[in-house]
Amino acid sequence: MAFHAKAEKYLGEPLCLGALVVILFTMPILELQDISLAFGGLQALDKVSFAVGAGTVQAVIGPNGAGKTTLFNLITGFLSPQAGKVVFQDQEIQGRPPHQVAQMGIARTFQLVQLFDHMTVLENVMVGRHRLSRAGLLAGALRLPWTRGEEKSIKERALEELAFVGLGDRAQQPAATLPLGLKRLLEIARALAAEPTLLLLDEPASGLDAVETERLQEMILALRDRGLTILLVEHDMGLTMEVADQIAVLNYGQLIATGTPREVQRNEEVIAAYLGTDWQT
Amino acid sequence: MNPRQFLNPWVLFGAAVLLTAAALHNDYYLTLINFIGIHTLLVVGLNLLMGYAGQISLGHAAFFGLGAYTSGILTATYGVDPWLAMLAGMLVCGLTAFLIGVPALKLRGYYLAMATLGFGIILYIVFNEAESWTGGPSGLTGIPDLSLFGFKLDTPKRLFLLIWPVLGGIMALSANLVDSRTGRALRALHEGEAAAQSLGVNTSRLKLMIFVWSALYASLAGSLYAHTLNFIAAASFGFMFSIKLVTMVVLGGMASIWGSFLGAAVLTVLPEMLTMFHDYEVIIFGVILMVVMIFLPRGLVRGIMDLWEFRRYKKEGGIIG
Repeated sequence: MAFHAKAEKYLGEPLCLGALVVILFTMPILELQDISLAFGGLQALDKVSFAVGAGTVQAVIGPNGAGKTTLFNLITGFLSPQAGKVVFQDQEIQGRPPHQVAQMGIARTFQLVQLFDHMTVLENVMVGRHRLSRAGLLAGALRLPWTRGEEKSIKERALEELAFVGLGDRAQQPAATLPLGLKRLLEIARALAAEPTLLLLDEPASGLDAVETERLQEMILALRDRGLTILLVEHDMGLTMEVADQIAVLNYGQLIATGTPREVQRNEEVIAAYLGTDWQT
Repeated sequence: MNPRQFLNPWVLFGAAVLLTAAALHNDYYLTLINFIGIHTLLVVGLNLLMGYAGQISLGHAAFFGLGAYTSGILTATYGVDPWLAMLAGMLVCGLTAFLIGVPALKLRGYYLAMATLGFGIILYIVFNEAESWTGGPSGLTGIPDLSLFGFKLDTPKRLFLLIWPVLGGIMALSANLVDSRTGRALRALHEGEAAAQSLGVNTSRLKLMIFVWSALYASLAGSLYAHTLNFIAAASFGFMFSIKLVTMVVLGGMASIWGSFLGAAVLTVLPEMLTMFHDYEVIIFGVILMVVMIFLPRGLVRGIMDLWEFRRYKKEGGIIG
């Protein structure tokens, strides 16, 4: 509703189109409101709130155990918050099962790569098209005529995503036979095949060498230009500072700072939390 | 048709069936082959559940029995048309699988195995004890032959000409299925449930669907079995048979339709050849299960294919995970 109200205000003015674009890109697509979750006595997340603007790259950083992956699992439905709300495109999604969250257009990668090892690289990405296709068990078993067209478009689209991450020539090999760097790229291609509105990347650079990290960086920026909103957890500060529009800093489950990379780097509390970490690289 | 299409496995399958029908007249061998067909039907179904979806069922003999008894009782006792009875069996089995599956599939790994094991044992007891319906341990006699287009399917050859084309159709359906959107989701669920969910796969619904689907195969096999033997007894549907089915899946290969056929064939023929070892059958199955699980955990067909594929890509310096 907020969106319509804002849009109406600008309609009829000469710059309405420009204004609309500005609104679109500043409207939060995902909002976390006072999210709390404790595991036993450990407060993994404590009243964490921040918003992710549509079409931006939002990074979440923090020392190990700060609650970053927990946050990802909360957004994607693998965990439910004990308090607070997760709002995605004006809908509360906390407590919904992961597949429903995925069907709404949120895709993710995992900190420890989770591929379907014995399936081919291409098939892995084809599973990504699941939410956008509809052939059921019977239709598939009977290979009804309309499912052939769907299969064909699933395959074409999967090949496009493979080409985008540079794995086009590896389509037919089993996913397990890829080296780690390429596995990470495959996981991204698989998530992209789901045409998400919001993409969550959980430490995509870990295990990558310098060249691969650079490629990842270009890819993230290219995805943002494609209109995707990206939420990124990353330990590689060089990469994070380079691609992030906004950064949220977690420490022991609490949000200690948010802002642009420049602002966050100057924040006293952040510096204290990261004392001893090489910041500027 | 170009020459390559003749090498299509389905064309070969059809040719083999026709050739067998034309050349083989020995009733003993034909009966044995019919049992291989029935077992393959069961194993393909169980393989969809175990090999593809990664869910273990130790109670599959119960669905086989449920199909057989529904067919047997309806036709022998109530004189229902055998084909209708067959459909009724599938309905009963599907419904039972659905009711059992809702709670059982919430369990994982060993617990699911235990739940299906318990279900199998309970049904086995019912088959044995509900004597007024099932004939109990002494069995149910007088199950009529099937007839098709006015032909009574009363010889092994005629049954062969029903069972094998049906099996061919079911195998083709299954091969289509595993290569479809749902099939990919099944395999994905097996290899990484969280990843599959994160892509929008409703894994609990999918598990239930494939559980019911594989119970339908078992029911069909049970009905064919009842009409092939014209007699059924509870002993055929016990825990040992469930284990035998699992062994067939494992031997032939998890997640392999043609492997299902191989596993069923080997483990149907083997006991016939080793009748003198009859008392040690359980031990022999146990050893086969152990050896295959240790050396070729994905079964004969898949295991050999993997070796070949992984060797091919290993040369590129890929990491084997």
